[in-house]
Amino acid sequence: MSLLNIENLSNAIGDKAILKGLSLSINAGEIHAIMGPNGAGKSTLAYTLGGRPGYDVTGGSVEFDGKDLLELEPHERAAAGLFLGFQYPVEIPGVSNLQFLRESLNNQRKARGQEALSGGEFIRLAKEKAGLLSLDMEMLKRPVNVGFSGGEKKRNEMVQMGILDPKLAILDETDSGLDIDALRVVGHGINSIMRKPDKAVLLITHYQRLLDYVQPDFVHVLAAGRIVKSGGPELALELEREGYAHIVEAEGASA
Amino acid sequence: MSALPVPSRRQEDWRYSDIEAVASVWPLPEPTAITVGEGEEAAHLLLQDAADGSVAVHDYVIDVAAGGNCIFHLLNIGGKLGRVTFRVTLGKGAHFGLHGAMIGGGTQTLEIITSVTHAEPDGTSEQVIRSILGEKAVGSYLGRIEVARHAQKTDASQSVKAMLLDRTATANAKPELEIYADDVKCAHGCAVGELDKQALFYMASRGMEPRAAQSLLLRAFVAGVFDGIADEEDRQRFESAALAKLDALAHRGDAGGEGA
Ligand SMILES: Nc1ncnc2c1ncn2[C@@H]1O[C@H](COP(=O)(O)OP(=O)(O)OP(=O)(O)O)[C@@H](O)[C@H]1O
Ligand SMILES: [Mg+2]
Repeated sequence: MSLLNIENLSNAIGDKAILKGLSLSINAGEIHAIMGPNGAGKSTLAYTLGGRPGYDVTGGSVEFDGKDLLELEPHERAAAGLFLGFQYPVEIPGVSNLQFLRESLNNQRKARGQEALSGGEFIRLAKEKAGLLSLDMEMLKRPVNVGFSGGEKKRNEMVQMGILDPKLAILDETDSGLDIDALRVVGHGINSIMRKPDKAVLLITHYQRLLDYVQPDFVHVLAAGRIVKSGGPELALELEREGYAHIVEAEGASA
Repeated sequence: MSALPVPSRRQEDWRYSDIEAVASVWPLPEPTAITVGEGEEAAHLLLQDAADGSVAVHDYVIDVAAGGNCIFHLLNIGGKLGRVTFRVTLGKGAHFGLHGAMIGGGTQTLEIITSVTHAEPDGTSEQVIRSILGEKAVGSYLGRIEVARHAQKTDASQSVKAMLLDRTATANAKPELEIYADDVKCAHGCAVGELDKQALFYMASRGMEPRAAQSLLLRAFVAGVFDGIADEEDRQRFESAALAKLDALAHRGDAGGEGA
């Protein structure tokens, strides 16, 4: 059974149509990658699935783990097991990472009818996940993303994913801004947190390099608001060699 | 007792006030005098949380002699009118610090009005004001700084930020500088904003309920104002009064400010 099933999804930001009938199905246990030209709508897809205000759905349906995803508020989507890794993680002055994550996790647990974690339990969990991503625990005491370098922000996103333990992670260019060592650490982090039979990942990326560490089962090309081609891992290599032009043309993405 | 007529909004210090409320308690009592002697240090507190519908006006006249230091922490949250004014005169090398927060809802009018005179050289003043206003509340800060002709090396700063929870709330911030000396540093910043929508979505995407997210952001906004209160118990009293007022504000309108 599919964990995520997107059918014919269309959306608009203001009166600008971005997604134009996008369909995609992801099963538990699978890792999918989406590639595509700048401005194709990749981040828009991630935000729309996350329920960002202003990203109005104008058609189609999304089922997530047996629920109508589009009916849920953003925080309810997270509690249902959806995680969004942001292309540009947001800074929140005056709120520490630990406070932010503990409140988030316990709000999720409450929504699922689970007990809140105690302070001690939470700190142990945070330490373990920070260790996994080689992020200094001291950084988690600092305000959310404030003064973090680009790479630290991305690693912090993965620490958050580890702590929140979602069913489906949509990771929007988590590899951008990472140095070579950090890329390996993040790649292994994604594998150890998310490569499980009951979980799935949707990686949005421009480059093969992350896919060397997190090998996808399927690769899709998103262009002009739709999936115009899908294939196996070899498709990413082909794209890296030849670019998008010939695929986008051959598949008539302009429709 | 003052024999003056009830003020009008044409007077600068009263331009945003609730005159009807003032008239109901007119004439006002004499201001509270605080005198800080040469080289002395003083710390004062006011937690203005008068009952709903009442009128609270507190006037202070503060004199800080040479090398003296006066720190004032203020939380202004009560009454239909909550008005706190300071008239401060600083001697040579003296310091005045005002750390204040206003939190209002309903039809409350909250005001902090300051007039700081740097009468002698080398004086410093620092004012940090944070306001959170919801519903039809009006929060105003009027801050006059006067630097006398020979008060060189004066360093005066004002940082005033307001957060509006509803479109119907009003924040006024008006710094006014009168500087007669030439070697002077005066920094002032005023900003009126709403809760950061990007941060709210980021928090929601991690599973945080809108109300919890709003409350965390608001706490972060006023956090720091009371850090300088030396006595632990006092500090906690101020912090919990601020949090309780914030909670009351957040719960009144129910669903926390989600834009359509
Ligand atoms: N807030 C907005 N208002 C108007 N247009 C927007 C807004 N956000 C995105 N768009 C437009 O939507 C289109 C898709 O943008 P999106 O960010 O989804 O692209 P992307 O595929 O993620 O690109 P990249 O590879 O550069 O990250 C672009 O044309 C962009 O200009
Ligand atoms: Mg993008």
